[in-house]
Amino acid sequence: MENPYMPYPVRIDNIEVATEDKSLKTFTFVFLNPGDEEKFAYKAGQFAELSIPGVGEIPIGIASSPVEKGFVKFTVFRTGVVTTHLHNMKKGDIMGIRGPLGNWYPWEKLENKNVVIIGGGFAFTTLRSSIVYMLDPANRSKFKNIDVVYGARSPGMLLYREELFEWEKREDINMHITVDGTDDPEWKYHKGFVPQVVEQNAPAADKDTYAIVCGPPIMIKFTQPALTKLGYQDNQIIMSLENRMKCGIGMCGRCNIGKELVCKDGPVFTLEEINQTPKEY
Amino acid sequence: MNFITIDKNDWAAGIDQLKKTYLVFGPVQDENGCQIKPLAPDVQPEMGAPATVMSPKSVLFPQTEKILTATLDESSKDHHIMKPVDKNDTPRAVLGIRPYDAKAVQLVKLNFDNPDYKDPYWCDAYDITTFVGVGVNRPGPCDFSTSAGCGPFSEQGLDVLMADLDDRYLAKVLTPKGEAWAAACGFDTPADTAESQTLFDILQKEAEKQINTAISTDNLAQKTILDLYEAPFWDDVAFSCINCGTCTFVCPTCWCFDIQDETKHQTAVRFRNWDSCMSPLFTHHASGHNPRESKIHRVRQRFMHKLKYFLDKYDQGIMCVGCGRCVASCPVNIDIREVCNLMNDYQKDK
Repeated sequence: MENPYMPYPVRIDNIEVATEDKSLKTFTFVFLNPGDEEKFAYKAGQFAELSIPGVGEIPIGIASSPVEKGFVKFTVFRTGVVTTHLHNMKKGDIMGIRGPLGNWYPWEKLENKNVVIIGGGFAFTTLRSSIVYMLDPANRSKFKNIDVVYGARSPGMLLYREELFEWEKREDINMHITVDGTDDPEWKYHKGFVPQVVEQNAPAADKDTYAIVCGPPIMIKFTQPALTKLGYQDNQIIMSLENRMKCGIGMCGRCNIGKELVCKDGPVFTLEEINQTPKEY
Repeated sequence: MNFITIDKNDWAAGIDQLKKTYLVFGPVQDENGCQIKPLAPDVQPEMGAPATVMSPKSVLFPQTEKILTATLDESSKDHHIMKPVDKNDTPRAVLGIRPYDAKAVQLVKLNFDNPDYKDPYWCDAYDITTFVGVGVNRPGPCDFSTSAGCGPFSEQGLDVLMADLDDRYLAKVLTPKGEAWAAACGFDTPADTAESQTLFDILQKEAEKQINTAISTDNLAQKTILDLYEAPFWDDVAFSCINCGTCTFVCPTCWCFDIQDETKHQTAVRFRNWDSCMSPLFTHHASGHNPRESKIHRVRQRFMHKLKYFLDKYDQGIMCVGCGRCVASCPVNIDIREVCNLMNDYQKDK
């Protein structure tokens, strides 16, 4: 019997400061046992428990993409005991990863569809994974138009800036990058909050268009009406939720919204599904 | 289905015999009331003891349990790599478990042993455990098990069901595990099947007659989660609750747990501990946000989980066996029977 609580041992291969305020860092891990990478096969949208012996575990969305091989990547906000400890660890340190956990964005359903990705702040990790997955030469033809609306407080708070500006130059993806405000005269992208940029720039809905939304509660709250105005039905709005978790495998009982367990039945739900559950997230 | 008869004069010797090959649990009384505990070599189970204060869920799901360990000593080759802890795989026998508690094990099994994941700690303990129940001849005043899917002589989840006939036990051996238990004790005096079953039926009827409190659950399935969640009575139900969590700790079907790491010198240990949905920390995000921030949220979560979410998720009835422990132990007299009936009777205003 496989023990679902046993993490795969990994080594920290690289640590990058991800935002100007240094509150987010991107950790690249490599598996110590060569066979484990295959066992960890994941899809964009899933998460894992980062597991530090003697400190604890935290559920974090997988920021690397299934098409990137040889490593896995997580971008982590420093906020509690485990994340603070992780931020103080160094390259070469040994820890564990448990997963992949949860469901993923509905990639089969999204084939031959237009996909609109909407993200805010540091909830862009699994969205980055998704974009890299869709832009992979082997996959790009499976999807129609790809639009991305991504916003942060300021230019320095945008995650994966270099990639964003690379994608901006491409023809096969429409980037709508925005910041709440900046005094940088060179800033050539949008200024304004995500919901408003969505309303003005996201494609109007038709039956072949789906929106994936991931961001802080306030952004989600105001993005929903913007999408509804553009004609999106609740089953065309796909969201990723988070709740406090421990086991990540649907057993410890704390992350439920109604009868759905965010860790196992989610974290990805359509708005239509979420509307059937108590708003306990 | 075999019946055997066990003279009470032979019982103690049989249990001593059993202890040679099994880790034996049974009811014992101490300053904390009656509990089902591992029996010391010189202790016999108090089979006639009253219902235990705590359920016997800890036999399979200890209140605190080591699950993984690692060395933090960097000079060691496998430092910071988690390993499973050694487990005691001696077969276990639980004597004197009440039928509703055995049924509760079957409900908890749906959580720990499912098509996606198996919890190795719970499942391994379950596999090596034999449940020897005793029919409840005199159910207590809070017992409503007959309306909660079992009853004083329910066989669900048991390997052996015994009837206490004053000078002897009549034991109905229900599973191969039960046969192995009887053999390990040396209990092998057969009893007539038809006659024994008649006796069991009479005792069951007598016991069920004494249960005069019931819940109604027939309407729960057809109501929507949101209608029940938004029902107006939750404020009243939660009003007196002090979120002490006693109900969740005594409950045989509450399985929620926390995972915590501890270190001592160069050793890290990962534990799991019972947790409670009554605690605000249970759902508290690192950001400070708490989706179940008020006690109303938490009280509602407990009842909705037991009486609606579980029912909808598994279609195996409610997550309550009617043992009445939470009713008896609640310091402010919150009564799951009343809450269940409120939920069952609730009609949303159109």
